[in-house]
Amino acid sequence: MTDQTAIEVNDLTVAYREQPVLWDIDLTVPAGVLMAIVGPNGAGKTTLIKAMLGLLKPAAGQVLIHGRPYDEQRRLVAYVPQRGSVDWDFPTSVLDVVQMGRYGALGWLRRVGRRERDLSMAALGKVGMEDFAHRQISQLSGGQQQRVFLARALVQDARVYLMDEPFQGVDAKTERAIVTVLQSLREAGDTVLVVHHALQTVPEYFDWVTLLNVRKIAAGPVDEVFTAENLRVTYGGRVPFHGSDSPLRDAPPAGGVTGSSAWMGLGGD
Amino acid sequence: MNPLRDLLFDYTLRTVALGAGTLGIVAGALGTYAVLRRQSLLGDAISHAALPGIVLAFILTGMKSTLVLVLGAALAGWLGTLVVMMIVRHSRLPEDSALGIVLSVFFGAGLVLLTYVQKLPDASQAGLDSFLFGQAATMLERDVVVIAVLGAIALLAVVVFWKEFKILSFDPEFGASLGMPMRSIDILLTTFLVIAIVIGLQTVGVVLMSAMVIAPAAAARQWTNSLSVMVLLSALFGAMAGVTGALISSTAQHVPTGPTIVLCATVLVLISMAFAPERGLIWAAVQRRQQRRQIRADAVLGDLYALAGHHESEHAHDVTVLEAMRAGRTDVHRALDILEERGLARRDGTGGWTITRAGRAEAEQAGESGPDGQHEREGSA
Repeated sequence: MTDQTAIEVNDLTVAYREQPVLWDIDLTVPAGVLMAIVGPNGAGKTTLIKAMLGLLKPAAGQVLIHGRPYDEQRRLVAYVPQRGSVDWDFPTSVLDVVQMGRYGALGWLRRVGRRERDLSMAALGKVGMEDFAHRQISQLSGGQQQRVFLARALVQDARVYLMDEPFQGVDAKTERAIVTVLQSLREAGDTVLVVHHALQTVPEYFDWVTLLNVRKIAAGPVDEVFTAENLRVTYGGRVPFHGSDSPLRDAPPAGGVTGSSAWMGLGGD
Repeated sequence: MNPLRDLLFDYTLRTVALGAGTLGIVAGALGTYAVLRRQSLLGDAISHAALPGIVLAFILTGMKSTLVLVLGAALAGWLGTLVVMMIVRHSRLPEDSALGIVLSVFFGAGLVLLTYVQKLPDASQAGLDSFLFGQAATMLERDVVVIAVLGAIALLAVVVFWKEFKILSFDPEFGASLGMPMRSIDILLTTFLVIAIVIGLQTVGVVLMSAMVIAPAAAARQWTNSLSVMVLLSALFGAMAGVTGALISSTAQHVPTGPTIVLCATVLVLISMAFAPERGLIWAAVQRRQQRRQIRADAVLGDLYALAGHHESEHAHDVTVLEAMRAGRTDVHRALDILEERGLARRDGTGGWTITRAGRAEAEQAGESGPDGQHEREGSA
């Protein structure tokens, strides 16, 4: 199972009004890996995930999921959008939101029933939120919202999970809960791509990483490609390695490179 | 005259009430989605865009039957929505500008056509201008049938496409990732919103019909946190406003129907904004007051705790001491009453105050977790 290719992206290019946001991305992800997607703001991380999901129309390129075009394999792919993408004051309950993960499989005219309810409760249990099933979503903290979104993806029972910043602004308990879920998905042979910001946790949480800045800088096992040099290329000489929430710092001076002449310094190392 | 007796026995009034109630139910139910999707202005654009459709339908067919005019209104309203979508997709104009443009251009065209028709020698066009502000008194049984049939279709759609409309309103992008055709679902919902609007135009008028879409839903949102309850409540509020407004305008002379219905709906909104639990302004004010009192009581408890620290024994402290510690800015008497009620402080025979064992524990806990302690604990629970 693990030598199978879960995701194959070929020549993917996305542009907003002429301006390329993603340029000629090739990416091959084997099944059963936990992969972080890192890169500076505006690097196209979210765009990459949305393009893979067909939410954005790429200018060129194709996406294969387990060897077939994405359109044929939708059911194998689950999506965790950024928490801020919805109105959390919407009149609905936690259980209701999680059950939305089953809407695609249900199809037209069929209503949510006992099976969807049981699956959703089980998913909520996996993220430690079963006690909140009947809460209004407006009463949740940020971390709880994130876990609800994760549960909604889990009920899809997919093979490939695409997550957009699930660790963004969450509390320690949520971070642990998400990591546990990610690891259990990997153990089950599923593939998980996570847009990630905190570089210092990449080696701890993930086994693969893609470094992205409009172009793909590098992709592969963390111990091979998560190098200082690749990071410097990705972040243009400014690596926010220590402390994800602090402003970007200058990389340690290497070969006379300074923050202000970062691009010029790229070749001088 | 007695409006209630008339409602039961007067044929005309019964017809008017039935029609206005039905259109209120439909507009209220469909309006829920418009409000939740922050598309309140879309309803306004649709109803204004419908005017040229109504007049053109009359010019082309020479008929003033409700069905023909409603059909014309629906086509024009739908076309207007389509134009809005096209402007948003193919230009850099934001949606509100597109809505504004469509609303004014279509409405302007409608007014020009209306003026033209009224100058025609034929008298059969009379009454077409009542579509501006609505006229309930002219409602006939066959009008009610048209409203009821079209409205029933729209309501049935809400039931049949319940989960599709819900995910469209909450998280359309996630719906698309599930493979659901969100654009088609959007067009479907908008079509039924158009229906809900055009069946009310004769009674409420194009100028104010959007209020019937927005007001009941806005009022309903105040009372509930469940989408299904919100749809039902909104339908109920719409019916209440429709029936009351139509009856008032039909029984009084020279009172236009649309504005009266809208005023009734506004009353419902005002009541809901003021009195609804949790979201209501009065509720919020009461909450704030209680919170402020609580914070003051906690501060005084902290003072008592600090004083107790200085004196090892169970020494009672005079209110004036506590008042001095609050620099006279807090009603210490009231704060102490609250603390006593909660068993955190005790009054002794001489009028002095002592912190209780429970109060000590509370103060220590508050000291550990800080002012946000309560919040943090809940957040990570």
